[in-house]
Amino acid sequence: MKQFAIRRILYTIPVLLGILVVTFVIARLIPGDPCTAALGERATQSACNAFNKRMGLDKPIYVQLGIYMADVLRGDFGNSIRFHRPVSTLLLEKLPVTIELGVIALLLATIIGIPAGILSAVRRNSTTDVVTMVAANVGVSMPVYWLGLMLQYLFAILLKDTFLWLEPGKRLSAGLSSIPFYKAWGLGISTTSALYPAVEFISNFFLFNSVITFDFVVLGDALKHLILPSLALSTIPMAIIARITRSSMLEVLSQDYIRTARAKGLVERMVVLKHALRNALLPVVTILGLQAGTLFAGAVLTESIFSLAGVGRSLFDAITGRDFPVIQGFTVVIAIGYVAVNLVVDISYAYIDPRIKLE
Amino acid sequence: MAIRKRKPNGSAPILEVRNLTTYFYTEDGVVKAVDGVDFFVRHGEVLGLVGESGCGKSITSLSILRLIDRPGEIVAGEVVFEGDDLLKKPMADMVDIRGDRISMIFQQPKSSLNPVFTIGDQIVEVFEIHEQADKEAAWEKAVGLLRLVGIADPESKAHTYPHQLSGGQAQRVMIAMAMALQPELLIADEPTTALDVTIQAQILDLIRELNEATGTAVILITHDLGLIAEMADRVAVMYAGRIVEEVEVETLFKQALHPYTQGLIDSIPVLGAVKERLNTIPGGVPNLIDLPPGCRFAPRCRAREEYGLSICTEVEPSLAEAKPGHKVRCWLYEDHSGHDAPLKPREAKARKKDRP
Amino acid sequence: MTSIPEAAALPAASLRSNSLLRLTLRRLTRQRNARVGLTILISLILVAAFAPLIAPYEPNRDLIGIEPVTQRQKPCIHLLGCPADQPQHIMGIDANYRDVFSRVVYGTRVSLMVGFTTIGMAILVGTLLGAVAGYAGGWADNVIMRFMDVLLAFPGFLLAIAIITVLGRGLQNALYAIAIVNIPHFARVVRASVLSIKEQEFVAATRALGASDTRILFLRILPNALPPLIVQGTLGIAGAILEAAALSFLGIGAQPPTPEWGTMLGTERNQVFTAPHLVFFPGIAIMITVLAFNLLGDGLRDAMDPRLAQVSKPR
Repeated sequence: MKQFAIRRILYTIPVLLGILVVTFVIARLIPGDPCTAALGERATQSACNAFNKRMGLDKPIYVQLGIYMADVLRGDFGNSIRFHRPVSTLLLEKLPVTIELGVIALLLATIIGIPAGILSAVRRNSTTDVVTMVAANVGVSMPVYWLGLMLQYLFAILLKDTFLWLEPGKRLSAGLSSIPFYKAWGLGISTTSALYPAVEFISNFFLFNSVITFDFVVLGDALKHLILPSLALSTIPMAIIARITRSSMLEVLSQDYIRTARAKGLVERMVVLKHALRNALLPVVTILGLQAGTLFAGAVLTESIFSLAGVGRSLFDAITGRDFPVIQGFTVVIAIGYVAVNLVVDISYAYIDPRIKLE
Repeated sequence: MAIRKRKPNGSAPILEVRNLTTYFYTEDGVVKAVDGVDFFVRHGEVLGLVGESGCGKSITSLSILRLIDRPGEIVAGEVVFEGDDLLKKPMADMVDIRGDRISMIFQQPKSSLNPVFTIGDQIVEVFEIHEQADKEAAWEKAVGLLRLVGIADPESKAHTYPHQLSGGQAQRVMIAMAMALQPELLIADEPTTALDVTIQAQILDLIRELNEATGTAVILITHDLGLIAEMADRVAVMYAGRIVEEVEVETLFKQALHPYTQGLIDSIPVLGAVKERLNTIPGGVPNLIDLPPGCRFAPRCRAREEYGLSICTEVEPSLAEAKPGHKVRCWLYEDHSGHDAPLKPREAKARKKDRP
Repeated sequence: MTSIPEAAALPAASLRSNSLLRLTLRRLTRQRNARVGLTILISLILVAAFAPLIAPYEPNRDLIGIEPVTQRQKPCIHLLGCPADQPQHIMGIDANYRDVFSRVVYGTRVSLMVGFTTIGMAILVGTLLGAVAGYAGGWADNVIMRFMDVLLAFPGFLLAIAIITVLGRGLQNALYAIAIVNIPHFARVVRASVLSIKEQEFVAATRALGASDTRILFLRILPNALPPLIVQGTLGIAGAILEAAALSFLGIGAQPPTPEWGTMLGTERNQVFTAPHLVFFPGIAIMITVLAFNLLGDGLRDAMDPRLAQVSKPR
């Protein structure tokens, strides 16, 4: 088991190096002079020389790659051209928004997707099955941003003046603000403190922050604002999870050990929930990691529709604004995060499936 | 091939299967896997159910426990167990019988155990289902059972997962699970087919010991007549979804009546005997969707041609007592006056061509 | 029970794929999902082919001064009670006084083109890489597949965005980006097929007869890798159309005035509260198109899966 985990971790190292090389290459391939991009079109030759020297751009390409890797390892992604702030600070600020949205969406997708898949498999070819699978097929084919816009129209316009009305965007209602826990607790951490980025990062998880500060008004309001974006974002993963659960469940239900469980005298409900489900969930767990990718793509679109200042929206703004350090830094961090999520999923898979331990 | 000594017969049947009919409704048509099967099992006896693969013997056994899944369905018949028709019982009562009064072991022992639970847990579960036993006592009993079925070091083996066992060990675990509550009837569906020859003998010995020690009746399903000779008291021979012969095991080997059974016995290789080639039955099992009219064995039957019976391809014979205690489904032993007409020579010739 | 002889026992690959093709088509037409998918797809292809006949207007025709239309005018359907004296625009008018229905019809051409060309490119390159990796093995395999692993380490959409950043925005570059993102999937599929088939007997027999490596690869192995490729390709088209539309929605794919559904949606997204029809119809068009390929892909997968053929038959 430990061996498996170690081997799996070692295997990700070349992949991580590959990610760094690819992002480095992409950054160098971006058309345009980094100097004029950073200093503006009218930068003088001498100013540019100085800039290139300062940024190490005059050194051989492999040295630049080395410097870049070292910088990334230190968490230094350079400064945003547009905001003149470190990319890492921007990331710490934006990540919580996206993670919060993604986690809620994935929870929603799992809580609804798995039971729907089980029900579909157990009642194969029934009306329930047909309706669920039609919905799932439509779900995977749904443009997330279109669904988001339609949900906004439905809840903000059509349901206006009803109790179902929901604000089409933002994290909190106007007039409300989430008080960071370190301020609420009077910890007095200044903006220059070494701890500041960390506590700021944590307090930016509004749900978590409002729970630990017992601010249930903010908690409720934040949740209410998360309903529409997380619903839109969860559609595709939900549909995929439902479909995988169904097909995996059908496969498991035809296995010999299910027949054994029935022959033992287990009631059908227990056969499904105890003997079949645990086996059927194994393939579902493996695709959860891949859903992180789907969720990210969805987050770029969802955040831009619901005016949420998350990683996806910032990345998109950076692309429109040609803010290359931000694009590069965000891309690296998201790719590493994606690899990490899949690593965790694979290792936890090994914990669930006893057959992997021996290998 | 040692023929096993018979138990005194005359005791009442514990299970009686009457006109059991199980069909599978597939895209290609209705597969008549079990089509009007009748047999019975006496208390404490070992009944062998023998036939080629695909003849419906496994489906018969699954039908007894009502373990048939869609697209299969038990269409007709009665399965009378200790006076009650199991097919008429509500599912809740049926579930109580499974694993407690009738239990079952299968052909693929390794895949018949759930890969994500330890074997100890899987045995304990039987006690939990039927006895609401407390976990610790049940675990002790499970370890005891593992020891009983000959698993070495049962205390630690109970904590292992099925993939860590050999096929033989897995089948022992399955037997332990099946025998946990000392059922009145054990259905063993090809219990040794997937195992090595040496392991086969050990598993058969175990089943026989348990049969003798506990008085559990056994239905042994196999395609191997050698096994039947060693294990069974009585035999039912199945062909294409029907019982074609049913008799005490000694009589079967001395004087089989049905041409199919005779063919099966002839095709057993005899140690020491030098034959130019093994006698085999020509042709294969008929398509269970599109069955031949008349006797289902007729297209492969040599006796039919030797005796020039044309009724065989037209009307199906019934399972009738040819001699006391010896039932057979064949026109050779049934009165077919009024039906019979000699085979036309051309037809006979054409049929011969089909033979390999 | 009669058992069908193993297809692998047949000597020639062509013979095998031929019978597999017929079997697949037969099973495919039996499936409701696949039938629905195929019907929608054929209709879409017809719409794309006959767009000039179906669309009442040119997709970029500015109707101001020609008809009494207003900006972002709501749909006018005569059958649903729109006065007969008003010109019919069943999906309304957009911000530039163009007929939305005509644009949606022409959009079919763009989306189908996007789907087929991107996945075509990805299959071409992916097959080549996968076949070389699988057949050659050794360092070539290692280099190619590790690079594919790195590409797969990025969420696909992120990688596509990054590539467009390099190449510059526009539909053509979006096509390249999506093609590149999809290459690893096909390389993996082909490599796996090649590896499993490489060792089978008929390949050894062909080699014994003195066939060259290239000949073996192209005539014997690749036809056998086709079934999983077709399945992956069909589902890939669905994904590609969805991704291309999303990139266009963000403004980095197809550029106005191209009648592309994602672009149409993206340019009017801020009008969703006042003119929802401008967002609604292009979105529905994307969904239906993607759904068709998804249904067809699933159907093909089920139809080509030999395991499913045996399901529902008793032992």
